[in-house]
Amino acid sequence: MATRPTEILSLTREGLYCPAGDFHVDPVRPVARALITHGHADHARSGHGAVWATPETLRIMAVRYGEDFCETRQEARLGEAVRLGEVTVSFHPAGHVLGSAQIAITQGGCRIVVSGDYKRAPDPTCLGFEVVPCDVFITEATFGLPVFRHPDARDEVRRLLDSVRLFPERTHIVGAYALGKAQRVMALLREEGFCEPIYLHGAMEKLTELYKREGIPLGETIKVVAAERPKLGGRIVLCPPSAIQDLWSRKFPDPVTAFASGWMRVRARARQKGVELPLVISDHSDWDDLCRTIRDTGAGEVWVTHGQEDALVHWCGTHGIRAKPLHMLGYGDEGEAEPDPAPATAADAPAADAAGEAA
Amino acid sequence: MNDFAHLLDRLGYEPRRNAKLRLLQDFFRHAPDPERGYALAAMTGHLSFREAKPGLIRGLVEARVDPELFRMSYHYVGDLAEATALIWPAAPEPEPGAPGHNRPPPQVPSLAEVVETLGNVGKAELPARIALWLDALDETGRWALLKLITGELRVGVSARLAKTAVASLGGFEADAVEEVWHGLKAPYEPLFAWVEGKGERPESLNPAPFRPPMLSHPIEDEDFPKLDPGAFGAEWKWDGIRVQLAGGLDRAGQRVARIYSRTGEDISGAFPDLTDAITFAGALDGELLILREERVQSFNVLQQRLNRKAVTPKLLRDFPAHVRAYDLLAADGEDLRGLPFAERRTRLEAFVAGLDHARIDVSPLVPFADWEALAAARRDPAAAGGGPDADAIEGVMLKRLTSPYMPGRPKGPWWKWKREPYRVDAVMMYAQRGHGKRSSFYSDYTFGVWRDAPDGSEELVPVGKAYHGFTDEELARLDRYVRNHTVKRFGPVREVEYGLRTGLVLEIAFEGVQRSTRHKSGVAMRFPRVGRIRWDKPTAEADRIEALERILERGEREIRPGEAIDGG
Repeated sequence: MATRPTEILSLTREGLYCPAGDFHVDPVRPVARALITHGHADHARSGHGAVWATPETLRIMAVRYGEDFCETRQEARLGEAVRLGEVTVSFHPAGHVLGSAQIAITQGGCRIVVSGDYKRAPDPTCLGFEVVPCDVFITEATFGLPVFRHPDARDEVRRLLDSVRLFPERTHIVGAYALGKAQRVMALLREEGFCEPIYLHGAMEKLTELYKREGIPLGETIKVVAAERPKLGGRIVLCPPSAIQDLWSRKFPDPVTAFASGWMRVRARARQKGVELPLVISDHSDWDDLCRTIRDTGAGEVWVTHGQEDALVHWCGTHGIRAKPLHMLGYGDEGEAEPDPAPATAADAPAADAAGEAA
Repeated sequence: MNDFAHLLDRLGYEPRRNAKLRLLQDFFRHAPDPERGYALAAMTGHLSFREAKPGLIRGLVEARVDPELFRMSYHYVGDLAEATALIWPAAPEPEPGAPGHNRPPPQVPSLAEVVETLGNVGKAELPARIALWLDALDETGRWALLKLITGELRVGVSARLAKTAVASLGGFEADAVEEVWHGLKAPYEPLFAWVEGKGERPESLNPAPFRPPMLSHPIEDEDFPKLDPGAFGAEWKWDGIRVQLAGGLDRAGQRVARIYSRTGEDISGAFPDLTDAITFAGALDGELLILREERVQSFNVLQQRLNRKAVTPKLLRDFPAHVRAYDLLAADGEDLRGLPFAERRTRLEAFVAGLDHARIDVSPLVPFADWEALAAARRDPAAAGGGPDADAIEGVMLKRLTSPYMPGRPKGPWWKWKREPYRVDAVMMYAQRGHGKRSSFYSDYTFGVWRDAPDGSEELVPVGKAYHGFTDEELARLDRYVRNHTVKRFGPVREVEYGLRTGLVLEIAFEGVQRSTRHKSGVAMRFPRVGRIRWDKPTAEADRIEALERILERGEREIRPGEAIDGG
């Protein structure tokens, strides 16, 4: 008889834990051995003993936290099965951001795939999602409602360029998460033939340089110099979402504020943030792709994590797939909200504000 | 329809007037006829058809989508039209060989098709037609369609701005469009042809057209030395609503009577008592007021009539409408707007005397020898001829005797000199980020005054919100203050420190006080703004709620001059 899935993976205070292999997946607190799906700060934290992840994810963590972010590290080769205690583990592309991977864990004839965050839409900055057949599929549900259907990201970037044409004297400030989204927007702009320099908020610089070193062409990027802001009319400036309404954005000439996020599909969400040009560009699966992926994996059981679990669990039920929500704490409740890896400074960013403004 | 929908979508997010204007111009320039005309009608509130009920929309969507999933989605999105637009799935593919499998995909409807169909399609046929449209449109198109057919379309631009955009296609001002507007109907093809230089100016066939009003500038202390008092006439500035009464005969010889608001909205229906008084051919510019026993009532009283939807005989009896005229724009087919003010004034007095109608009289001139004398009249209108009507006077108007009637707000010929505003010292309680250029500034302030708390101590109760009255430098300092004194955050709103020992006092200037069921304090101010920022003043010295209640009582006193009026 096959091993029961709940024996392979259990939920602990630190996150998902595999007793037979003695490791955690994306733990939210320091642990002895961690397998990391991708470099977003709520999944990849510093302070673990041993870290096992794709080479890109390890390099992202080193850029974010410094070279000493863990004691020992091991590079995972995509598709290669490795024995760890009594289980076999392999990494497979997830299509979310550079280096993102799903982690397949097999024991006693039962395979569980921890997808991490994933998307099926094409993205010039990372490998495409690979379907891994499994018995239990652990899926995210950030956009787990049928109202979330992401349009073609290229059309959204064209809308940005149309706006630049209509308002050539105004700076277009685009809020985008510093890891993944920002570089994808840059790459999409280049694909549309935009060849002017793209200006970057300081917080985007290191990760963008890393993407370039990894061989992803992003064209000319220039860090915004504070004193130069008034002269950047007609330019496209990328910054972290929290900066679009920050003091920082004030000195640009009559800025148009845009925000690249799957949340922008809902008007109330966009209005709440004072966004004038919502761009529906997401690095997560939309509803249709969540459903498609569940079917593609052939899993008989689905565990649903962070996001709108209820609707996806309901959908599985109506399609004869066993499903349950997995209430894991510590991951961005807002889905795309990437918690600031640096501790918030008490002076101007208490928790309430981080949740309210950085989401 | 998709283009119109994307315009609406973009306008909804754009706070800046000039940017809205540019988006509108871009649309009107590129959208074909009759599409742009119907769009203009939608934006100016001139489309009419039988609206679809929300139940119909819900039925359509639940036939396509798992109702439980729709319920969760609707709950999340919070708006029926938007949730439906987003969740609407692609039309199911008919089985090969089944009837209809060769049917071409549904065509994206034009706005014209939607409007024309809604005007004549049978009730039973409507749901299937809407479903076909939803299949053909993209999600923004679906959203706009659903908002339009349920009568919930909010465009985020004023009719005036839409007309400004149309006028600008031919280098005209909005008033040029207003002049011809009331003779036209959707889809306004002759209007577009004219502004684009491809057609004649549409001749207004309306015998009682709207004429865009002439507006004034506020006068400042430094203006007086430059002005010669002998060159001006003065009138009381009445605290009512500006209206235009227009009358004439149509081609069939029928009498046409219209009352227009200052933005050109036809409000005749709300004032049948006044419309009956328009027995003349011509156009009067004046102030709509409530008169009881020949005494002008305060704005608070007028407000009570304006707030009522149904015009009942009782309302007409208790709140009789009256017009105090101050200009004559046309008489018996003659346009008088080119004449100097002094001459129009003479014609006005003769014209109104000829009407001999109790509902219409002339606003008297206020005699004055020099600016000091006028200042005295403004300070005490009761003693300067305003008599018992003085509480309904909110200052004086100055009109250059030689000035023709010019639509818009030309600088120089007309000035308004409003009475001093009321002032209270209040304490800042909350601050909210502004919009557009101010989106990174905490520029909207909720302020409160003291009252007795249930436990016997004193507490601050919010009484209003102000977002202007300060300079850019002051705004920067206020913004810094808010950021450094925040105690709580609620999305874009911050609560600041306030109490008996801490907090910032704002001197608030305002024009009056009304009762309000929306405010915890029970009162609402008219036009509150920040008069001064009292960095120096301790919060314990800020005013109490009684200060506002006294002003309110003063405004309400005239409501019951003997007889009781219920439901006030």
